[in-house]
Amino acid sequence: MVRADSAYLHGLAERISEIPDSQRHAAVVRITHWINALSFFGLLVSGFAILLAHPRFYWGEAGGVGTPSVLDLPLPFMKGGPSGWGRNLHFLSAWVCVLNGGLYGISGILTRHFRKDLLPAKADLTWGAVARVVSSHLRFERPGLETSLAYDPLQRVTYLAVVFVLLPLMIWTGFAMAPAIVSAFPALVTVLGGQQSARTIHFFAADLLVLFLLVHLTMVYLAGFRNRVRAMITGRSTARVEHT
Amino acid sequence: MSKPLSRRKLIGAGLATAAGASGLGVAARLADRYGLIAPDRHFFYGVGETLTYASQRILLPRDSLAREFDRSQISKICPVNGGPPESETYQRLLAGGFADWRLTIDGLVSRPSSFSLAELKRFPASTQITHQACEEGWSFIAEWTGVPLSYVLNLVGVSPRARYVAFFPFSERLFPLGKKWGSLDMPDAWHPQTLLAYGMNGQELPTPHGAPVRVRVARQLGFKSLKYLSRITLTDTMKNIGKGWGSSSPEHGFSWYGGI
Repeated sequence: MVRADSAYLHGLAERISEIPDSQRHAAVVRITHWINALSFFGLLVSGFAILLAHPRFYWGEAGGVGTPSVLDLPLPFMKGGPSGWGRNLHFLSAWVCVLNGGLYGISGILTRHFRKDLLPAKADLTWGAVARVVSSHLRFERPGLETSLAYDPLQRVTYLAVVFVLLPLMIWTGFAMAPAIVSAFPALVTVLGGQQSARTIHFFAADLLVLFLLVHLTMVYLAGFRNRVRAMITGRSTARVEHT
Repeated sequence: MSKPLSRRKLIGAGLATAAGASGLGVAARLADRYGLIAPDRHFFYGVGETLTYASQRILLPRDSLAREFDRSQISKICPVNGGPPESETYQRLLAGGFADWRLTIDGLVSRPSSFSLAELKRFPASTQITHQACEEGWSFIAEWTGVPLSYVLNLVGVSPRARYVAFFPFSERLFPLGKKWGSLDMPDAWHPQTLLAYGMNGQELPTPHGAPVRVRVARQLGFKSLKYLSRITLTDTMKNIGKGWGSSSPEHGFSWYGGI
């Protein structure tokens, strides 16, 4: 059964059954997706290693043991240990992430990927349409067939938030912790309330990215893991196989 | 059935490889000449370190000043890692109020010298209230007083060949990773906020913070501000010191550059 309640698929729904193997993701999206996945994994593992050196968070300019904290994680303080390789891997992965993200961003503008594939249509931003998508997600309904050819509005908003809000915020708060960079651009850290605030925001934004990753993987699983992963590798989607 | 490689293809591929390799070689040599390659450029992680260091030296102004704070923002608690050196020499100097301590400056300078604490204190002093962050994540704001390193460098006359200022402290106690030493490149060595600090928060530099004199590098993380100074050497290469990676940090898995 094909539901065609999305604005992107009027008329397309009829044709799906006749196109078993359809183009889904552009090559540049696929390549940057997997490079990003790799660099995100590096950033996550190394970020945790760095965190272990001081699993405590503060607000304002300065903070350390003996000063009030905003969050104490139930983790051991591991001094002189994992933060060494952690920092090295973190900044190497960050370079890959930023260069790869730049390529994705530029190509996304040039190929109109953001406008075509990610910007929600006006019709899908009405209260009724949003409520319908949210309630279907909340009931853990398997994503409909149409999402194997185009993103639903909730997906679009989420991806836009990750690409244009969370990832830039990670880079910004990362820069705000770099003494050489803030000596040239002090506003990077002052508008956040200080270096320790930047570190705390960096941590919470990272948590949101991890939450996104978990939901992302869950949705890929629910929608048909093999088909969705295949679409992100080969670019072709066989929408029907796992949904009959 | 494999097709044998044609001679033309083989020569073409060989030429392309040679051109690519020599292009990379020329780029590396140029980058090195303009001081864009970190001493710990080796291995896997050296790629990230080199990208960070080179792009900051190219894109960031060399004379940007670290933010200075108000006296009311000085942290009440200024934590330290490690403890004062246990060596007999250091303990004897400490007991004598560092009256016999001297800071040696040698290497690529016109006038190799050594200065007593009293002599350093007679030079024009500079005071700053700056933020110092440990790579571990904690930080504090403190007031530092000392003589700008640039003043002392001018006194001893730095050779134009010098590319690094290497710092050798007394060995620290509780520093589990072996002997600590480090270096700065010339932009950070000449930077007006780089001090040989002998005072902290209006008092003599406390022993746990590196008495009698520590380096204070405002634009890099705390581990670059080496404590318990004993000797400074100017050099055109870090190759012959330790493993040749610019400081003890890379030998223990950390990076040489601390500007991030």
